[in-house]
This record gives sequence, structure tokens and C-alpha cells, in this order.
Amino acid sequence: MTHSGSSLPDLPNCTSTAAPMSEIRSPPPDRVLEIVLENVLHFLTCRRDRNAASLVCHSWYRAEALTRSDLFIGNCYAVSPHRATSRFRRVRSLTVKGKPRFADFDLLPLNWGAHFSPWGSALADAYPWLEKLHLKRMSLTDDDLNLIARSFPSFKELVLVCCEGFGIPGIAAVAANCRLLRVLDLVESVVEDADEDEEVMDWISCFPDGETHLESLVFECVECPVNFESLERLVARSPYLKKLRLNHYVSIPQLYRLMHRAPQLTHLGTGSFCASDDVAVGDQELDYSSAFAACKSLVCLSGFRDILPDYLPAIYPACANLTSLNLSYADVNADQLKPVILQCHKLQTLWVLDSICDEGLQAVAATCKDLRELRVFPGNTREEVEGPVSEVGLEVISQGCRKLQSILFFCQRMTNAAVIAMSKNCPDLVVFRLCIIGRYRPDPETHEPMDDGFGAIVMNCKKLTRLAVSGLLTDQAFRYIGMYGKLVRTLSVAFAGDSDQGLKYVLEGCPNLQKLEIRDSPFGDAALHSGLHHFYNMRFLWMSTCKLTRQGCQEIARALPHLALEVIDSQEDKADDHIEILYMYRSLDRPRNDAPKCVTILQ
Amino acid sequence: MATSASAYENDIKNLKATELTLGLPGTHLQQNVPIIDQEKSSASSSSNKRPLQLPHEETSPAQDCGSKCSNIAKNTDDDAAPPPSKAKIVGWPPIRSYRKNSLQEQSEAAGGIYVKVSMDGAPYLRKIDLKIYGGYPQLLKALENMFKLTIGEYSEKEGYKGSDYAPTYEDKDGDWMLVGDVPWDMFVTSCKRLRIMKGSEARGLGCAV
Repeated sequence: MTHSGSSLPDLPNCTSTAAPMSEIRSPPPDRVLEIVLENVLHFLTCRRDRNAASLVCHSWYRAEALTRSDLFIGNCYAVSPHRATSRFRRVRSLTVKGKPRFADFDLLPLNWGAHFSPWGSALADAYPWLEKLHLKRMSLTDDDLNLIARSFPSFKELVLVCCEGFGIPGIAAVAANCRLLRVLDLVESVVEDADEDEEVMDWISCFPDGETHLESLVFECVECPVNFESLERLVARSPYLKKLRLNHYVSIPQLYRLMHRAPQLTHLGTGSFCASDDVAVGDQELDYSSAFAACKSLVCLSGFRDILPDYLPAIYPACANLTSLNLSYADVNADQLKPVILQCHKLQTLWVLDSICDEGLQAVAATCKDLRELRVFPGNTREEVEGPVSEVGLEVISQGCRKLQSILFFCQRMTNAAVIAMSKNCPDLVVFRLCIIGRYRPDPETHEPMDDGFGAIVMNCKKLTRLAVSGLLTDQAFRYIGMYGKLVRTLSVAFAGDSDQGLKYVLEGCPNLQKLEIRDSPFGDAALHSGLHHFYNMRFLWMSTCKLTRQGCQEIARALPHLALEVIDSQEDKADDHIEILYMYRSLDRPRNDAPKCVTILQ
Repeated sequence: MATSASAYENDIKNLKATELTLGLPGTHLQQNVPIIDQEKSSASSSSNKRPLQLPHEETSPAQDCGSKCSNIAKNTDDDAAPPPSKAKIVGWPPIRSYRKNSLQEQSEAAGGIYVKVSMDGAPYLRKIDLKIYGGYPQLLKALENMFKLTIGEYSEKEGYKGSDYAPTYEDKDGDWMLVGDVPWDMFVTSCKRLRIMKGSEARGLGCAV
């Protein structure tokens, strides 16, 4: 039995119409059980548990469908909006994810899909009581946002992550109409620039007058200036505001004023963290650290775009309480980092740029004994350079931060020894993502492939569910993953492997694999074929610039009718049968009809 | 007198100069052309299979070209080989464009002058390195290719005629100017960012003041 709700077709003759309570004096016996069940199921919140419960029998299926209030759709094309809203009648909170992750790296053509509109209209009809909407990698327009703003009087929470297609007017509509809004989080989304000469709509002033219910306002990614006076007034009348993440148009003196208005903040994104151009440095220097001292509840700091490192000491008063620090947009070197990090004893999450060097990582390892998540991003993405972080930094972190659960590490050089050390020192690792920027790069000390390092990770980190590999890798690495990576759910592969056997190891060996993304690796039709037994259990498979042919994909499509195989090719008439991109996912409904020309869906 | 060996090397260098690539002018061929059609047994061990270029290895240009030329020749025979080496591989390393656009170091370290380019109606900002263009004609051509449009002919008095688009830029003083108004060298040092304007605005700009 699978644990995912959409892997089996709907049970036949299943209509879930509960008899209205008012008509019944004493419910018939079978309904009693259902009512009891519904009341009990209300306590089940985890969706995997609910999926399991729904498979027990028809009446459990019905009861679960009626009581599920949080609906998670991992792939917007796996199920049609109509099917989802027909089954689940009382949803208050919905999460929908759209494009595959590789879309973030420009590997998917524009206009590929993941349009929110069909979901929007279905939701407006089916769930007028909707309170929360979380969208990730969806394409939504200002009209969609208008619809959301006007269709749900109880709407409380809008979270858009990596979305695009909308602009300021859409945001303004939400601000103006959602009177009960608590959360407006725009995260790494592309908000279309207004025309330069047109007056940029002041969406901040569209929030209604009077006290707001706002608890979280995140607009770091909104690439246009905000009216600071409106913002200050908004913050002043939002007593429940705990999370505020500003865009880089907010300067440090403005930040100072906002922080004094909202000392109750727990999560702060600082905006630019430098003075705006019209204030000369040295003029009227405010005591910025007083603002950080005033916000005694701060636990999470981020932002620091366009940072002037001279201002970094202002955050000292907050360091002792910080559990999360994101300096990944700040070009800060080791000497600038150290005085800050040496005070952050409680830090659990740290995102940095590799500008801090191995030396900076050493300081982190020495102080942040509670660190759970570390991300080190590259300041320079060229393949030929010697990078500032290396196996030295990774090893030092592994020795100092034994509780590490999640790591994303970009570097230009890495050794098997350091990776093996991390596998032994950090047994709690759940997420291990190592990106050696130079493709096909072997261990610089031994000149061996990186097989043994990643092998040690899957062998020793028994809780590992997410893995991203890089460097020179042979089929042996995949053999290790197939042998030991029994809990792995997400695997990212790039420029790796020797032959079909590599992919076969993984598809045959990893029973929990749900998301597999592969690029530029020599895996072909035979390898794909070896996964037939497993594809219905997966959310998706992505393979680009591999060795697949249309013929091979067609065979899979024929064998598995509930699988949608999207073949994406930028060239039309090709001499051969090889395809550029395969994006494959299970789907209960007919293939989508909103795909652009370059996408062919095989059946 | 040149030995036959160095004469051969010279020939290779010249060959390299006339070689057609998809790389931007001035960039050298990337050492790692992804090779996906190699027939290898999975049992054999590893490290000499890929064309390696370790960061500390010093290889002379002539040697490089020798091995690269043979790689290119090999790859053009391959069915599914991607286009020959570009200066950068699309989507690698896997960093969101959002984050890439925020980085400045890379451009400064490489000596490039990176400016953001926006076009009215396009959802994504792009970034280009002004240093790689010799002058306005190359820049305009690149912009036309990047955004799939035509920009039209520049004239001092009338701006860009013959199309709906006009390239503009913001200079160090914060003023918006029409691309082409100042000499190229001055433009390169003063340009902060580019914007391709559309429609009536575009036509209006050329006639201003």
C-alpha cells in the first residue's frame, strides 16, 4: 500500500454526501460510526496518517475526505482542481506546488505552465471559507490575486514562494480586500516591475486604516521602492506583527525607525543595511545598535542586502538570542564575521556566502554548537577559480557542529576524506547537498572520484532523506546510494555516472524515492525502464540532457497509463530520436491542455 | 628559424582563432564539454575518463586546443551532444537567478562590468557584461538576440526609429538616457543599468530636450 493520497484512482460509486444533522432524530447505525470517526479524525493532522486512514474502507475514506482541512497538492498537474475539490469538501488551507525545482535554474522554458487560474476558480466555488493559501513555483497573474482577494472573506494567510507572473496591483488588491489578513509572505518571487515613469502604486497604503491583524509581512523580493511613511504607519498600527522582512529599498536609518516602532518583532529582514545615498556617512549617525537592543525578542535576522560591513556590529545586542541568521546576501569576510558569530551561541540556522572563507567556518564551528542547518553559497560561480571554502571548512564544521541535520555547501574543491569525516561526525544528517562547482572534478588529493565520500554519507547517515551529489562520480556512487539510501526521498544528480547501470541501482534500490532530478548524465532508455515498478510512487522524475529517446519514453507511457510524460524539446525537426528534457509525473486526470508548443505529452 | 613543432603549434593557434563556437567573444573554450556518448563498461574504474582540468594544472594553450579540438570533433558526431562549449552552462551551478542577480563580486573579480537589463513586460531581469562588447552595434545586437526583438536605427535627433523599442540606461547621476547619446567609453563607465522601453515612451525619449 502506498502512503500517498493520489496514487490510486477514486473508489467507484463514492459520493460523500452526509445526511444533514437537522433531519435526523437518531442517526442510522452506520452513520453513528461515521460521526464518531469524523470526530476522531479531526485530531489527525499529518497528511500521511490521513492518507493511510482513507485507504481503510469506504466509510473511512468518506469521513477522512470530509474532515481534511489542510490539503497539500505536491504537483498541480497530478490531480485536477475539480477532482480535488469534489473529494475534499471542507478545506480551509491549501498548498499547491507547480513547476519542478530545476525551473529555478532556467532549465524549463518560459510559459511552461503551473497556472494558478484553474485552481483559483475552483477554489472560489468550492471553499468560500478558505483561510490559507500557500503556493510554490506557480504562475499567477494580478487577476488571480484579485480573485483571491475578493472570493474569501475569511482569508488570513497568503504565502507565495518562487512564484511569478504578478505585479504590484495584485499585491495591492490583497492588501486592500483581505481584512483579516495575518500573513502576507512574498518569498523569492518575481514581482513585475512597474513602468519606470508611472507612479508605482503604493500597495502598503492599501491596507485598511486602523489596527491590522498582520503577524507576518515579507516583501524582500518586491523589486520596487515602498513609500516609507506608509510603511511606518502600517507597522505602527500592527501590534501583532512579529515577522517583518523588508526589501532593499529600505535603508538603515529607516530600519531604525521601524524597529523602534515594532520592538515585539521576532523575525527581521533588514533591507539594505546601508545608508541611502542622500545621507552622507558620518552625518547624524544614529545608534543603530539601540534598535537591536530594543527588539528583545529577535530570534531570526536576515536581509543585509547591499551591506556596508561597518554597520554589522549594530546587531551585537541581538546575537545572544539569535537562532537563525541569514547573511547569504552579504559579502562579509572572516574578520567581519567573527565578532558577530562568536556571540551567537544559540544559533541553529546559518546561511552565509563563501566570502567568510574556511576561517569563518572555523569560527562558526567553534561557537555554534547547536547548529542544525548550514548553507554556504558561492560568491563566484565560475568553474576555474580557487574558491574561498573547501574541504577544510567542511571538516571543521563537522567537528564542531555535531548536531547538524541539514547542509548545502557550494565549493570549488572537496575531498572524500572530508565528506567521510562529516558522515561520521554528523550522524543526524537528514539533508546533504554538496555542490562542487567544477563539473567532473575528482578528489584533488587522491585524484579518485567522489564515490567513496557520498557512499559514506548514505552508509553512515541513517536518517538521510535528501541528497544532492556532484564532482566526478562513477556508477559505483549510485551503487552505494541504491544499497544504503533506503530512506532517500529526494535525489539530485548532475554530470555524473557512467552508464545505465548507475540509474538502475537507484531505481531498484531506493524504495522511498519520490523526487528524482537528473541532468547531463549518461542514463538512457534501459535505465528508465528499470523504474517501471516504482514510478507510481514518485511525485516526479526529471531527466535533461541524458540519453533518452522518444521511443523509450513512449514505451513507458504505454506501460503506465497514469503517468504523464512531458517531452520538452526546443528544436522541432530533429534527425534523431533523442530528447532534451523528460519531465514525468503521476496524474489521475487527462493530460493538461495548457502546455506550450515545445512540450509534447506522451500517452 | 621556427621548428616544425612550433610551426605546428602556430597553426593550431590560428585554427583556434578561426574556429566557430557559440561562446561569447573573448572567452576561451570551456574545458569540460559534457560527454555523454562514451561507451564504457561500468566495471572499469574511473579517473581518466573525463577531460579533467584541475584548477592548479597549468596547461599551455596549444596543448589545450589540441585535446579540445579532438573533443569537439568527437562530440559533433554524437547524436545527443549538447551544443559545443559555451562560456557558462545553463543552470549551473544550481543557484536561483534571484540570488545570482544579487551578487556583485563575481563581476568585479572577473574584471567585467555587469549591469542589469530589464525590458518592459519581461518577467526576468538579465545581466550582461558591458566589457565584452566593442561598441554600440554589438551591444544592440546582443540585446536584440536576448529579448528577441528589433531595436531600430539610432539617430541623434530622433532616437530609435523603426521599432517599438528603445534601449535606455540609468547613469551614475541617476538620469535616464538614451543608449548611444554619449561616446561608448563614457557609456561603459557611467552606465548603472539598462532598460528597454516600449511603446510611446520609447518614441518620446529621443525627441526630449
